Amino acid sequence: MKEQLVVVGNGMAGMRAVEELLKLAPDKYAITVFGAEPHVNYNRILLSPVLAGEKQPDDIVLNGAAWYAEHGITLHKGKKVERLDRRTRTVNTADGTQAHYDRLLLATGSDPFILPVPGKNLAGVVTFRDLADVDAMLASAKQFRHAVVIGGGLLGLEAANGLLKQGMKVTVIHLGAVLMDRQLDRSAGRMLKKALEARGIRFLLEAKTAELIGKQRVQSVRLADGTEVTADLVVMAVGIRPNVALAQSAGIHCDKGIVVSDTMQTYDPRVYAVGECVQHRGQTYGLVAPLFEQAKVCANHLAELGYARYEGSVTSTKLKVTGIDLFSAGDFTGDDSTDEIVLQDAARGVYKKVVLDGNRIRGAVMYGDTLDGAWYFQLMRDATDVAGFRERLLFGQAHLGDAGHGDIKTRVASMPDDAEICGCNGVCKGAIVKAIGEKKLFTLDEVRAHTKASSSCGSCTGLVEALLATTAGGDYSTATKKKPICPCTDHSHDELRTAIRAQSLKSIPAVMQQLQWKTPNGCAKCRPALNFYLLTAWPGEYVDDNQSRFINERAHANIQKDGTYSVVPRIWGGETTPQELRALAEIAEKYAVPTVHITGGQRIDFLGVKKETLPRIWGDLSQAGFVSGHAYGKAIRTVKTCVGSQWCRFGTQDSTALGIQLEKMAWGSWTPHKFKLGVSGCPRNCAEATIKDFGVVCVDSGYELHVGGNGGVKVRVTDFLCRVKTPEEALEYCAAFLQLYREEAHYLERTAPWIERVGLAYVKQRVVEDGAGRKELAERFHYSQKFAQDDPWAARAQGAERHEFTPLKRVG
Amino acid sequence: MQVAGKAKTLAAGWIEVGTLEDIPRLGARVVQTPDGDIAVFRTADDQVFALRDRCPHKGGPLSQGIVHGTRVACPLHDWKVHLDSGLAVEPDEGCAARFPVRIEGGTIYLSLAPEEGCPNK
Ligand code: SRM
Ligand SMILES: Cc1cc2nc3c(=O)[nH]c(=O)nc-3n(C[C@H](O)[C@H](O)[C@H](O)COP(=O)(O)OP(=O)(O)OC[C@H]3O[C@@H](n4cnc5c(N)ncnc54)[C@H](O)[C@@H]3O)c2cc1C
Ligand code: SF4
Ligand code: FES
Repeated sequence: MKEQLVVVGNGMAGMRAVEELLKLAPDKYAITVFGAEPHVNYNRILLSPVLAGEKQPDDIVLNGAAWYAEHGITLHKGKKVERLDRRTRTVNTADGTQAHYDRLLLATGSDPFILPVPGKNLAGVVTFRDLADVDAMLASAKQFRHAVVIGGGLLGLEAANGLLKQGMKVTVIHLGAVLMDRQLDRSAGRMLKKALEARGIRFLLEAKTAELIGKQRVQSVRLADGTEVTADLVVMAVGIRPNVALAQSAGIHCDKGIVVSDTMQTYDPRVYAVGECVQHRGQTYGLVAPLFEQAKVCANHLAELGYARYEGSVTSTKLKVTGIDLFSAGDFTGDDSTDEIVLQDAARGVYKKVVLDGNRIRGAVMYGDTLDGAWYFQLMRDATDVAGFRERLLFGQAHLGDAGHGDIKTRVASMPDDAEICGCNGVCKGAIVKAIGEKKLFTLDEVRAHTKASSSCGSCTGLVEALLATTAGGDYSTATKKKPICPCTDHSHDELRTAIRAQSLKSIPAVMQQLQWKTPNGCAKCRPALNFYLLTAWPGEYVDDNQSRFINERAHANIQKDGTYSVVPRIWGGETTPQELRALAEIAEKYAVPTVHITGGQRIDFLGVKKETLPRIWGDLSQAGFVSGHAYGKAIRTVKTCVGSQWCRFGTQDSTALGIQLEKMAWGSWTPHKFKLGVSGCPRNCAEATIKDFGVVCVDSGYELHVGGNGGVKVRVTDFLCRVKTPEEALEYCAAFLQLYREEAHYLERTAPWIERVGLAYVKQRVVEDGAGRKELAERFHYSQKFAQDDPWAARAQGAERHEFTPLKRVG
Repeated sequence: MQVAGKAKTLAAGWIEVGTLEDIPRLGARVVQTPDGDIAVFRTADDQVFALRDRCPHKGGPLSQGIVHGTRVACPLHDWKVHLDSGLAVEPDEGCAARFPVRIEGGTIYLSLAPEEGCPNK
């Protein structure tokens, strides 16, 4: 017989836990759900648009009756559980309905707080929590004229806005001096107040409610200073309290909320709890995103998989009042140890503030232009060092200048369905909106998983979030504090690198076993990363695992859209000879190469080569003196040079020769992401050295070294590292920089984001200021090169890895 | 017995394509046929699966992907495909046709008749 799972609370967190459980273990439990409300599971967040008349109650249903039936779930609607008996393991409702459980999930949400003032029980006094409240408000709006909302927080303002749209005259009474004081600072609060006043809402700030006056129905609100405000409807939106009554009466340990562990278990291990009723590591949460994370972890344990842990969440907020853009996250007030940068343009209604602790973001508030909210939130969670772009921080990720964005929600709303939102994955607005609706997506991560939108370069994240906000309502972005490298493990990149060295782990299976991988042999994300980490940790010792390399690196050629491959031989420093060109021409003809292209990296690319032909082409190239160009690898790519002092009338040094020397030193090395170099003969910079991972600009007195440039998706100009006098020094600094990057960057992190994360100051300290350290780094690089500078093409032309290039069998 | 067993397999349209050792663990090799390539995968625990070598997304060669568990990640745009069912891993949708395989004494036999149920034959 199936085990019995009973869920108390038919709300957002409880049903999300059930959904997650059904994905993991659809047949494990017979499930019974009790819900005090007479409804199926609906999206509480969207009560605001229902109140504002923008949506109908039917639009916000999450799981209809059919869903419960389909999964064999017994739903007791409109039945509140009054008693929980842990000895007999039963729950009981007032009308005598009883259910027995093997495991119990409490998801009772919270109760709105009611001010203990005289008159609080009069007719016409309501809270804003469920559909019944919304019905009451809508009924009042039809009949009456004056509404008072007590509480100028998120909920209160959404209620005020909705009632205004229903034609009522609305006054908001707020105890504090600033609206939404938990989310906003003074300036942003003031701008918000102005915008809402312009719509017709009246505010009384620093106002304390003393009494509600009326006979049967409320007639007015009296404040502590004696002022009276006419009111036919009073909405109390002064906060919520975790609903712990049932748990407490059954003797389960509660504090502010029901206390749970990282596995979402209460002090009684048979009893789980999720949602607003919960207190985890001292924190309670009132936004859905963290609750959904809790639900996922809870389901993992109910399914007896037993590995997920909830470690707390950081959250950000947006206000769901159409036409008003507000964003806040983290600590936005700051203290003596923090700095703030502020941009304020009252005339245009734009305000942005970022609070910095050193060069790391601690919090942000934005009003009027919130497009970059997600970006700041990301920088904050990743503790990214923003020193390099601090001055431009407030202009936003796109560096469009502060005027460029416009009102993004209005912008996406007016886009046609076939407008492309995600250029990387070719996803258009219609597809995203459809997926959000049909698959009930709430978070950015879910939209990424289902549609692939915003999962690549991320520059459309703001647009996707705006779509989520306009389609599903609210803002749901959130993330766990620590970022595992992939779902196969709980460990982050840095933890893995440390463990590999500290515990002398020398193979992928050893890492997976020692660090308790959750999957038998990892995935396409973690295996290539581990392979690289092991290779850099144990040069000469670690045996490369071909099956953990992406096809391009496994086959030493770049796969094309039709399954053929490309071949790019190394052309040292971009300089070639007639003999070399003749050899290339002959080989291209001999193998009837369909396309020969001059690449952006000063080399020649043969495109459209069949896999089986690769070893033979390589054999011929090898005979003509060419080696692999690694155009396919997370590896040293090209060294672009100009003609320099050999020919150019402005050239100051022999940039070509230095480029060739650099390439001869560095080729063959595997790096976290691809690595490109450039050497220009003078500051005219014809080799574009200042958008390379390592660039040299020759000057009269020597060589200027630059690092962390990128000419790709997001152009980034290099940071100036230092100036050196001789080519030998340039080579040593380059080797040291390369090795530092190889040893410390995350896999698939190019030098540009790496430097932004760790800070230029750190890189300078290791490579420039610490002379002895630099020499050691360079030595370690040269040592690893002993095993790397082995032309993979020559080896394969001579028969290595034959199975990779030949079919298992030809039939017919 | 051995001979009889083999005769039976052949009679049912099975073709001998090689041995288990011919395919690297967590890897794949291709069987070329007039109707297109078939990818033959080997998992870490020596299970063998055969699928049409054509990703349900845009036709990428699945044989060139990274094999993990009983899935393969397509090399072109990283869709994941279940080796045992040929179905794309959720939330993606689509399939690559399965071909029956059997292993006898380390030798792999493949049937060239795709199983029913997937249009991507
Ligand atoms: C062949 C070439 C285009 C050409 O015909 O000119 C090329 C072709 C590809 N580039 Fe590139 N890139 C080529 C020069 C560039 C340049 C220009 C340069 O190096 O001076 C850039 C901008 C500079 C830079 O990297 O900062 C460039 C920025 C990219 C990017 C974006 C990188 C970024 O960090 O933003 C990618 C995507 C990636 O690496 O993830 C990319 C990825 C690719 C891939 C590997 C895409 C893929 O995975 O299939 C293409 C492989 C084609 C092939 O099969 O050979 N390619 N790519 C160039 C080869 C240079 C070489 O000789 O090796
Ligand atoms: C108007 C409004 C707007 C909001 N906007 C946002 C937003 O934009 N973004 C955001 O992230 N969050 C928002 N929230 C908060 C979000 O809705 C809640 O965090 C979320 O619904 C909490 O989920 P839960 O399951 O813990 O509680 P609930 O969804 O409240 O579910 C608890 C359920 O349990 C039932 N219950 C309680 N006790 C018992 C019992 N003894 N027996 C049976 N049933 C019981 C209750 O009736 C209720 O139906 C908003 C909330 C409101 C009210
Ligand atoms: S950078 Fe321009 S000017 Fe300077 S050496 Fe090169 S080609 Fe000549
Ligand atoms: S072709 Fe396979 S993922 Fe696109």
